[in-house]
Amino acid sequence: MTRSGIWLVFSFFLYLLAQVMLLKNLVLFNTAFCFLYVAFILFLPIEINILALMILGFLTGFVVDIFYNSLGVHASALLLISYLRNHWLNVITPQGGYDANTTPTMEANGTQWFLMYTIPLILLHHIILFIVEAGGFHHFGYTSLKILFSVLFTMTVLVILQLLTTERRRI
Amino acid sequence: MNRLFGFFYDNRAFFTFLILELMCAWLIVQNNHYQSASYFNSSNKLAANIIGFSNGVREYFSLRVINRELADENAILRTKLEQRNQSLYSLEVREIKDPAIVNRYEYVSAKVVNNTTSLFKNYITINRGKDAGIEPGMAAISSSGVVGKVKSVSKHYSVLISLLNIDEQVSSVMKRTQNFGTIQWDGDDPRYANLKYIPRHVKPLPGDTIVTSGYNAVFPAGVLVGIIRKVNLKEEAPFYDISVELAQDFTRLAFVEIIKSNLKVEKDSLELKTIGEPK
Repeated sequence: MTRSGIWLVFSFFLYLLAQVMLLKNLVLFNTAFCFLYVAFILFLPIEINILALMILGFLTGFVVDIFYNSLGVHASALLLISYLRNHWLNVITPQGGYDANTTPTMEANGTQWFLMYTIPLILLHHIILFIVEAGGFHHFGYTSLKILFSVLFTMTVLVILQLLTTERRRI
Repeated sequence: MNRLFGFFYDNRAFFTFLILELMCAWLIVQNNHYQSASYFNSSNKLAANIIGFSNGVREYFSLRVINRELADENAILRTKLEQRNQSLYSLEVREIKDPAIVNRYEYVSAKVVNNTTSLFKNYITINRGKDAGIEPGMAAISSSGVVGKVKSVSKHYSVLISLLNIDEQVSSVMKRTQNFGTIQWDGDDPRYANLKYIPRHVKPLPGDTIVTSGYNAVFPAGVLVGIIRKVNLKEEAPFYDISVELAQDFTRLAFVEIIKSNLKVEKDSLELKTIGEPK
C-alpha cells in the first residue's frame, strides 16, 4: 500500500469519526449543521478515478447514514457531489492547470479558487440533503433556513481547518 | 451490439452513478416504512458502541440534572403508591381481578445513548433490545411524558421513532373536554408539536392538558403529552391550529421506559377480523 493509500484510509476514518462523534452533537440554534465529511470527497487527489471516487462517496454517505438513522439520504447527496466533483474541477481549472499529483486545497490554488470550488458543491449537497430528508418541499421556509446556515457553518469550519493545516506546513 | 456496449463503457461513470443513486432511493423508501428490521441503523452493534462511547463522555455534563429528575420521579411514584394503598384500605374499591388486565402493561427501563432533535426525522437509540423483550411497535415514555415508538431492534439496542419526527402521529385526547385529536410535530421547534383534527365546535383553551387516548393500544391511556399554548382558528378551516408545548424536553432526554402492551395482539387481531387491514 502506498503512502497516499494509507493517508486515504486514515482520513476516511478521521472524517467519519469526527462527524458522528463530535459534529453530530454540534447543531447551532437547531438550524446550523456541520457536515464536514463532505470535505473527505472534496480533498481527494485531483487525478483520482471517477468510479473509485463515486464508490468512496457512496460508502462515506452510507456510514454517516447508519449513525443518523437516515438510510440513503446522506449517501445520495454525497454520491451526487462525488459524481460532479471532477466535472466542476475541469470547469474551474486555474490558468496553467493543476499541478500533477496534488489535492484541491486552498494552499495549492489560492483562497478565491478554493471558495469557488467548495461553496457550490457544499451548497448543492446541503440542498439535496435537507430536501430529501424533509421528504419534499412542504417545509420549504425552514428547510432553506437550515440549508443557508448549515452552508455557512460547514464552510467556516472547512476554511478554519484549511488555514490551520497550511500554517503548520509553513513552519 | 458492440456499439451498445461501447456506449455503456464510454458512459460508465454516469451509469454507475445512476445505479448507485437508484440504490439510495430504494434505501430511502425502505427506511420510511413504519417498522423495519433494518440492520443498517444505529442499533447495529458497532455503531451503537461508538455512539455509546461518545454519549458516555457527554453524560458527565448532565449527571446532576438526571439525578435530580430521577429522584423527583421516585418521590412522585412513592406518593402515588401511598395514595393508592390508602384508598384501597379506606374505600371499598372493586379491584379488577383478571391478571391479564392487571398486567396489561409492563415497563422496561432503558438509557438513551443517541438522540437528535434538529432533523426533520429524529430517532432515538436506547441500550435495550431483543434480549430485554423489546419488539418493534412498542411505546416509549419518560417520567415526563410521551417519547415515541420502537422502530427496529437488534440484540442489545433499539431505535425509537421520536415524537419529533414529521411522520409520527400519536392519538391524543384533550383531558378537559375529552375530544380526540392527533399530535404531530411540524419539524420546527423541538419544544412544540401540533394538535390536529380538533373540530370547530370544541373550545380548546391555552393551558388545557393533552394526554394519550389509548385508542391505538400502543400507549396506555392518560400518558401526558403536553399542554396547549396557542389556539388559532382560521376563518374557513374545519379544524383548529393548536400548538402544544411538549411535556418532555427532548433535548435533555436521558432515560425512557418501553411499554410492553400484553393485550395489543389480541386487540389488533380482533380489529383486523371485524374492521379489516388498517391503512
